[in-house]
Amino acid sequence: MTQELLTPQGLGGLVFLAIGAATVIGALIAVNAKSLIRAVTGLCLSLIGVAGLYYFLNSPFLALMEILIYVGAVGVAIAFAVMLAEPEQGDKPGRAIGLGPFFGFIGGGMLVWGLVVVGLKTKWPAAAVKINTGSMLAVGKALLGSYSMVFELISVVLLMAIIGALALGRRGRD
Amino acid sequence: MDSELIRVIAFLVGIIAFAALNAAYLVWLERKGAAHIQRRIGPKEVGPFGLLQPMVDGIKLMTKQILIPDGVDPVLFRLAPILAMVPAIMSFVTIPFSETLVARNINVGLLMIFAFASVNVLALLLGGWASNNKYAVISAARAVSQNIAYEIPMLITVITMVMITGTLNLNEIVAQQPNISQWYIFRFSASPLMPVAFLIFFICSLAETNRAPFDLGEAESELVAGFHTEYSSMGFGLFFMGEYANIVIGCSLAVVLFLGGWQDPFGLYPGVWWFLLKLYLLIFTVIWIRWTFPRTQFYGLLNLSWKILIPVSMFNLLLTAGFLKVF
Repeated sequence: MTQELLTPQGLGGLVFLAIGAATVIGALIAVNAKSLIRAVTGLCLSLIGVAGLYYFLNSPFLALMEILIYVGAVGVAIAFAVMLAEPEQGDKPGRAIGLGPFFGFIGGGMLVWGLVVVGLKTKWPAAAVKINTGSMLAVGKALLGSYSMVFELISVVLLMAIIGALALGRRGRD
Repeated sequence: MDSELIRVIAFLVGIIAFAALNAAYLVWLERKGAAHIQRRIGPKEVGPFGLLQPMVDGIKLMTKQILIPDGVDPVLFRLAPILAMVPAIMSFVTIPFSETLVARNINVGLLMIFAFASVNVLALLLGGWASNNKYAVISAARAVSQNIAYEIPMLITVITMVMITGTLNLNEIVAQQPNISQWYIFRFSASPLMPVAFLIFFICSLAETNRAPFDLGEAESELVAGFHTEYSSMGFGLFFMGEYANIVIGCSLAVVLFLGGWQDPFGLYPGVWWFLLKLYLLIFTVIWIRWTFPRTQFYGLLNLSWKILIPVSMFNLLLTAGFLKVF
């Protein structure tokens, strides 16, 4: 093992593990942090990890778009909004009481069971098989060809979001 | 150890050394340039022409204590300077210093630089917020609105360039410009506005790196020192190194996109020396601009972007698209 570690593949494996850890740890920080800004930072860490996973999935274009859009734009926008609004740093809401934890536990167990069954029963393609080339040409053709309708619909969603934000902002101002 | 691993390590060390040395000696150049523009001499005591001054400054910064004031967010306060430096180093990975001297010639190199440049804003934002200092927060807010405003014309210009080059691979873009008439700044067959596109790109890279005359984020006459007010020692040092590394990256990108990268003007001896020559000429221009232009006001800064640069770059985009379609 130790000899294999000093090869590009071995180091790549280490980087892969680090990226996986960053994704999980970042997500945990995002959920558990008391301060909102720290949660945003955790989210960014997690998203960088996801971008790394895309890179390992042979899609560098998608990985870089993930960083550009989610870390560079969404993360900065959230952090900026939190900074300007400065919400009250209240205590986290207390633990749920009543039947909540019970059903939550059952739901979580079922989710884990389902994922395990899917993971074990599915016939996964061999790791060497490339699903696609991951090139920008393929992405561009897919976005403006076979998925152009979906692509256009997403822009309508964004338009709705902007109008909604304007409406809410106006109402707050009066 | 196989050769690939040695290559990785060599480039890793080389890139970090290049970034750090550039940061150190650009400070020296900045001080010398400022001094001569203001009819002074500048650093001259340590070594010939003060050439050892950056080393002494570095030792001073590294031996000082990192002061963490009360009321700051200790984790984010320590994280922000690192976050300012790491994306800058990452961007060097894909910059082609010469045809073969490039750490990783990835196909989406241009996109990669912009992706990591966008993370840099987050570092300023976190540094400003974690300092728990109102000047730092104001400065961070300014830096973000400035970066968002100037990212738009910059990216529109880059889209125009990508439409002409047809690739995001920086080395291929350089290979398309073998002599001075083929450099994209003079490629009038693609669009008559190419020099204007270069100018927009250069102005935007000044604004993106928070350089004068757009250094409102650290306007020392109003905001003490901006987002790094509370930083001492290497925390401050890393912010500074990050800023200079970003200047180097912005100028490298301008050289690669518009000025032919490592190609020489007459197609004779292309190589890394041409790249460095053009790079340092541009960097000297950046320093020259800083000490000759007064700082703009904030609305002037945003007006320049939203009222002039964005419409002009949009017009250039349409014009280029038309030229590409017709010719």
